[in-house]
Formats: sequence, C-alpha cells, structure tokens
Amino acid sequence: MTEGRDLCDRSASELAELLRRGEASSVEVTRACLARMDALEPRLNAYLTRTDDLALEQAARADERIASGDAPAVAGIPLALKDVLSTRGVRTTCGSRILETYVPPFDCTPWARLSEAGSVLLGKTNCDEFAMGSSNENSAFGPVRNPWDLDRVPGGSSGGSAAAVAAGEAVWALGTDTGGSVRQPAALCGVVGLKPTYGLVSRYGLIAFASSLDTVGTFTRSVRDAAVLLQAIAGKDPMDATSLPDPVPDYLAALTGEVRGLRVGVITEAFGEGVQPAVAAGVRAAVDRLADLGADVGEVSLPHTDYALSAYYLIAPSEASSNLARYDGVRYGLRVEGRDSVEMMARTRGAGFGPEVKRRIMLGTYALSAGYYEAYYGQAQKVRTLIIRDYDAAFARYDVLVSPTSPTTAFRLGEKVDDPLAMYLSDVFTIPANLAGVPAISVPVGLDETGLPIGLQLTAPVLREDLLLRVADALERELALDLRCPAIAGQGQSGA
Amino acid sequence: MAGGYETVIGLECHVELSTATKMFCGCRNEFGAPPNTNVCPVCLGLPGSLPVPNERAIEYIVRIGLALDCEIAPRSVFHRKNYFYPDMPKNFQISQYDLPVCVNGHLDIEVDGEVRRVGITRVHMEEDTGKTTHGSASGRIHEADYALVDYNRAGVPLVEIVSEPDIRTPEEAGAYLRELRATLEALGVSDVRMEEGSLRCDANISTRRVGEEGFGVKVEIKNLNSIRSLERALRYEQERQRAALEAGETLVQETRHFDEDRGTTHTLRSKEEAFDYRYFPEPDLPPLEPDRAWVEALRASLPELPAAKRARYERELGLRPEPAVLLASSTVQAAFFEEAVALGADPVAAANWITQDLAGMLNKAKVELAEAKVTPRHVADVVRLVADGTISATGAKQALEVALETGEEIEAIVEARGLRQVTDTAALAAWVDEVIASNPGPVEQYRAGKQGVLGFLVGQVMKRSGGSADPRAVNELLRERLSGG
Repeated sequence: MTEGRDLCDRSASELAELLRRGEASSVEVTRACLARMDALEPRLNAYLTRTDDLALEQAARADERIASGDAPAVAGIPLALKDVLSTRGVRTTCGSRILETYVPPFDCTPWARLSEAGSVLLGKTNCDEFAMGSSNENSAFGPVRNPWDLDRVPGGSSGGSAAAVAAGEAVWALGTDTGGSVRQPAALCGVVGLKPTYGLVSRYGLIAFASSLDTVGTFTRSVRDAAVLLQAIAGKDPMDATSLPDPVPDYLAALTGEVRGLRVGVITEAFGEGVQPAVAAGVRAAVDRLADLGADVGEVSLPHTDYALSAYYLIAPSEASSNLARYDGVRYGLRVEGRDSVEMMARTRGAGFGPEVKRRIMLGTYALSAGYYEAYYGQAQKVRTLIIRDYDAAFARYDVLVSPTSPTTAFRLGEKVDDPLAMYLSDVFTIPANLAGVPAISVPVGLDETGLPIGLQLTAPVLREDLLLRVADALERELALDLRCPAIAGQGQSGA
Repeated sequence: MAGGYETVIGLECHVELSTATKMFCGCRNEFGAPPNTNVCPVCLGLPGSLPVPNERAIEYIVRIGLALDCEIAPRSVFHRKNYFYPDMPKNFQISQYDLPVCVNGHLDIEVDGEVRRVGITRVHMEEDTGKTTHGSASGRIHEADYALVDYNRAGVPLVEIVSEPDIRTPEEAGAYLRELRATLEALGVSDVRMEEGSLRCDANISTRRVGEEGFGVKVEIKNLNSIRSLERALRYEQERQRAALEAGETLVQETRHFDEDRGTTHTLRSKEEAFDYRYFPEPDLPPLEPDRAWVEALRASLPELPAAKRARYERELGLRPEPAVLLASSTVQAAFFEEAVALGADPVAAANWITQDLAGMLNKAKVELAEAKVTPRHVADVVRLVADGTISATGAKQALEVALETGEEIEAIVEARGLRQVTDTAALAAWVDEVIASNPGPVEQYRAGKQGVLGFLVGQVMKRSGGSADPRAVNELLRERLSGG
C-alpha cells in the first residue's frame, strides 16, 4: 500500500518484510528516518533528543540478527519514544526544565522489551510537560507543529510521537495516554493511536502523571503495525504491581477482516454540541461502511459522560500533585539554591515547572486537602464507578463502541492556550476510557474540508484489544485511505 | 486536691521489620552499611520507578497482628502520606490510613503482680524514611550549613502499632513497651533495638479528673530512645500537666520533644502547625487481600508468646513472678533457662542463677548471652553441685565466672581451683582456731554477748579457706569453740 514511498514513510509490517527478504537493511531505513529528521526537525520540533549514533549501532546489530534468520517482528524497525519513558543513559526530560539534565539509570519496561527484540531507538519525542496538555504547547522546549499544517498543533500530550510517525521521522512510536494523549494526537496527525487496557502494558519507567490512569500506547501507520507493536510490549511485569497477569493473545490472528454480525454501538453523547460537523459526518460515514461490511450498528448512551471531564480533572491532578512532589532539587534534576532546604525546594519547583503543571499541582493539592477530600476526590471516584457501570451496560449490548476521537480536527497554535477549559474539552471523548481502564483506538477515517485528518475512536471491554484491532483493521482496509501529509510531499526520495 | 487527677497514656510504636530486603524493592535491609549503598531506583524514588510489596513483610505484620489478637482485615489499602522532607525520596510515604492490615487487638501487661489489658487500636504497614545528618563547623543543627542524606533506611519495612489510651501510669507504659518488645522478639520479626532505631516510640499523654469520661488535652512526646526515657519523660510530663491544671492554667494540644539530658519536655510544634498529609489511596499498589487459609496457617504456627511463657513458668515450674517476667521477656534467656531445666536443674534455682548472678556477670563483662561461652550445662551443673553440698554459693559464683570467661566445664573448674566445699572438721578446725587467735577483739565482743560479730568471724574463716569451707559447718564450729572457750 505504501510502495513507491521513501523507506521512512512505509509501514513497519512492509519494512519487516523487506528486511526479511534482504531488499532493504535496518541501517538504510534508519538513515532514511534520520535524513527526514534533518530535513523537517527545524520546522516540526518533534524530537527533544536524537540518538543517531545509538540508532545506527542498533540498526547494524539488528541487520546481523535478521541475516541470521531468527529475528522478532520488531527487529530493525526504527522507533521513537515519548520523553516521559525512561531510557538508560539517554536524557529523559518529560518536556520540563526540572528534568532538563536528568539521565535515567534504567530502561522503562516497554523499551527494555523492544530493545531486547532488536528495536532501533531514533530519539525521545517532544510532549506537553509531564504529559499535561492537549496541544503540545505546554512543552518547556517549544511546541511541536502538525505536519499537515505547520500553523496547527499536533495534539497532545504525545504530540511529538504523533508528528514524527505522520512525517516519516519514525516508522512507529510509543506515547502515553492518561486522558487521550495517544488517541487525540493520533487523530489530529492522521495516524493510528492505540491506548491499551490499564495494566496490559507495564508502567515501570513511565514517569508518572496520574498513576491510576496512565497507560503506554502506540503510534503506527497501520492497524496491523499497532497489533505487532502491542504484542511486543504487552504482558505481566513483576516490576509493576498493577500490571495484569493474564496471558497475551496473538493480536495478528485477530485481523480477520471480518466484522459480520459484530455489534457496533454509536455513542449518542459524542455527536452533540461542540463537535465539528465535518468530524461528525466523517465518523458517521465510516460507521456506514462498517454496516456495509455486515456489522450490526445501533445507538447507545453513556449517560455519565458529562461528568467524566470534571472527575478526570480532580483525580488526575490529585495524583499528579503527589507524583510530582519528588522533583525538589535534592537528588537529581534542576536545583535552585536557597537559604535552607525548604527555600531550595520551593525555588527549584518555582523555576522548574511551567504554568499548566503548577495549575494542576495546585488543583490536586486543594482537592486532597483536609475537609475537601470527600467533596472532590471522593466524589470524583464515585463518578468513576458510574462511568465504569455505563460501559458495563453498553458492552452488554455492543461489542465495540464508536465516537469521534476528538471533537475537532487540529486547531491553530495559540488558539486555546489562554483558555484552559476549552483546551480540556478537546479530551472529552477520550477521557472516559481512561477512567474505566478500557482499551480504545483512534483510526484515521478521512480529511475535513481544509484537508486535516479526522479520527474515529473505537472502544472495547477490558482486555479486548483483539476486537478493537479486528474492527479497526477491517475499517482501514475498507476505506483504503492513502494519507500523506503535506510536510512530506516536498521531500521526494530523501532517504535514498 | 491530691489524687484528684488521672493520667491517660497511649503509645504509638514503630517497628522496623528484619526482612532480608526492603518493603517495595530488592535492596538489602541492613543496619550500619556505608551510606547510600543499599539503594536502587525504587527506594530512591527515581522518576518512573514503582513499588512492589515484599510478601515476607506482609507475613510479618500479619503475625504481629495475630500475636496481638487483632482482626486481620480481609481487605486493606495502602495510602500515600504527603509531606516534603529531604530524607523522603518521593516526598510522600507509602503508609496506611483508614484500612490497616490489623485492628482491634490487645496486649496484656503485668505490673506489680497485676495483669492489665491494653487495647491495640491498629497495626499498619509503611516504609521508613532516609536519615539526614546536618553538618556545620559548630556542629549545631540551627547553624548547619549543609545536610547529608543517607537513603539506606529509605523503604525499610516499618510497622506502626497504636495502642488505645488504656495506660494510666509511666510504669505501665514501660511495662507495655517491654511486653511489646518481648512479643516482637519472640515472633522473630524485628531486631527490636531501640538504640539502633529498629523500635521507636512516641507517647500521647493527657490528664483528666478522676471519674471523668472524656479526655484532657493531648500532648504527643517525641524523641524517646529507651524504655527508661519513656518512663522519665512521662513522669515529667505527668507532673507538668498536673501542676498546670492545679494552677488553673489551660494546656494546649501540641507535640513536645523530650530532652534526654535535662529530663524535661519542650514544645516542638503546636496543633496549628500540624501537617495536612493529604492522604489518598496509593494508586500504584492493589489492595491487600490476605488468603484466609494462609492467615490461619500463620496463626497455628505462632511461637509461644511471653505472656503464655510467663504463666507456664509460674504455674508449672513454680517460679515467682519477677524471674518469670524477666526470663519470658527474652527469647534467648528463656531458651537458655529451659535447656538448663531440661538438663535436670531445679527451675527455681536455675532461674535465680540466670536472672541474677549470671545476668550481673554478663552485664559487667558487656557480653550478650547469645554470644557468651557460658552454657545451660554450666548453670545446671552449678545448681546441682550447690544442692548436693559439693560447692558453696560463693564457690559456685566463682566457678560460673570462670566458665563465662573460658567455657571450661564446672567440675573441672571446681577441681582445678580447689572450690570443693570443705566439710572435714579437722581442716575447718585449723582455720577456725587461726581466726579466733588472730581476732581477739571481736572474739571478746562475741563472748560479751554481741552475737552479730559471728558473721564477721565466719567471713574471716571463709576468706582463709579461699571460699571452699562450708559456711554452715564453719558457723557451728565457731559457736562451739567460742562458747566452750
């Protein structure tokens, strides 16, 4: 499907085949990605740290392994990691001044598994500071630009990973999704974004934003690639007490292309006020195609969706206020000296955190304080239970649920920075899945009138990633979109 | 009015568990290692690290709960206790809040021969913090110009045991802490060394009028580094509170620091300065739901606890309460005692030898019983040889002292040092005559009717015999010679 394109613009599955047949090498693919970065980074700012030398070294080793005939599916395919995922010996900043110089002494489990399997690390991608944001404008190191329109945001918080995959600066990438931070940027950048069930992928080494909501997710050019990448990182990790013990199924086997008789519930609340008409139309058109393929389509209500956003903005900041307490200048990262340790901590945090992080720390500290806990945190946990029940009821009638991923396509840089509430609304459809811990995927289903990608979100019950992938793959095949963002258009055979 | 006040005391004790590794990571849990050598990303709270509970620590806290007759919660939850302090790597402590592992237990203590029951409110699991050392040219904390933090202790499993306010006197508080220490020692879950901080205690104390149901204003006392300082601090605070109330002053709820050197307490912080810990459930850890069958198996495998041991010693072995309490409060001493009894020693005599003479010798030599060369066999032999008149008590003491030093067998020591008691009248008579001859003054006094001088003369004979004479025989012989004169 992507033949004739630069190596760095092809799908991982296609590249794996080329590598296996010896028609391309990992070093060549890696060089193509690095060349694309050279060309586009001055404009995109998707990477915070490049690891060119490491990547070429790993690529050379992967080539030897592939030549020996027994390499895992991810071997030799260049990858980008969101800069909240710890990498041993490679600076990991969380998009924050406070960790600008921090170099972890250990790998996060997802990267440890990929690295073991011969993956190639291109670098660490830009993101909203500590994954707090929906536009990537909260990075301390400047915003990422959307490769579909450089005046627009790539979404957030994993904006760098989404933009890199869309622009051929990486073949695939990992991000993190706490309230939509994989799915929303995937939608805004026209790539596939998968947020797995909470606990399916280890959080060990994922620098926490909100521990009970954080998940590691994938950015890929195809649903098939998502299945392959998820396969490589999923499964119980003894280092994460919340990781699930369940055996991991064969995700590729789920890609049957068959959706006949599958019950698809369209979420009523997701087509109301505030949804861009082109987005609603694009998603509905895609649902019609699923019906054409034999899916059994109906409407379903998630009545507590309205409260999800409020509950999220109490739970996530509460946990964040505690998770981010460790950045105090005592052991690592930025330190601003003071007369005593209290002043040193206060000055370090004052200088090291950006305004959105401070806003959420204050919000969370307040919500947990004596006398307010029950009214805020306690109440939000009750809403969370109601949302889980909404899903339980919906999944009693439907196999998967459908909504737009984001109410709008990519918005302009600066458009919402002064209005946090408007910014928070862009995650209104993605947040409920995090609160309930269920898996969801965003797949591109077309372009709006200005040529910006539209994302459709599918949600499935806990640990039914197989269903998500099956439906998303069938839809992808049926739509057969040939998405190519304008930023790439001028690149020609740059990797050659 | 005298006796019009009643003191109400509750204790919060922290116990470091003696597990091989820390609470949430695989680092070694040991005291005294070079600073920052037993650390890893988890106990240093590095970004992205996650806690995984130590199963052995959970087993230990359940054993503690069972020993204190607590209910073991079918579901308990870890909470985060949030506050900023440089020796806390995450600036929150993983602890427990409203759903601890153990609740509603009790500990029976014995004070002046009377048994009192002290309620246990809760026993919960948490992690210890690191240790800060302030440094400056002058060595004074408030002039410190740098601080060094050692994170070896950070993440060591810590159990907090909170008593009900059932304690009424400083002596009862001391007895509670001794009993708790003995119980934990018997369970083998902690080193319980207050001087190394593996057992720490804070006291809550208030004063009310006798007969009153409600509580007075509560004061928390910190920095209690031994059972002795606990009792001293409480005695001081009890008097301070009573004096204040009698003078018509109002007490304030506060935390006070015990000054070991002065024996007084002073204000550390008031209620208004208390922290808001912003407790919330630890999202990185699932709830603890101990398997009931496992809990019952642990209950069945509990060792004999000090209270039961004490009762058995008194009931079955005929010990008086005092030696029974002493022996039962130390696992090592109790085992030593029971082995001596098993070797045939009379229990009452063996108990006295172990808790008095031997304890004194060990103390003087600064040797722990567990590491000493003296064995239960030595004690059993001493008891037997004294009983059958082979050696005198004085000779026995000497023999035991030698055994402690060299580990030689008692009988060999007795022979080598000539400690065998001399009852042979001819030999005794010679010593008696010498003493009478060389002490004309006392002899004269005795004959004038001053019976008390006899003891002095017996002592002189014993001295001359090098402790080998049988004091009873000497006594008789002296009386005989002096009256016959």
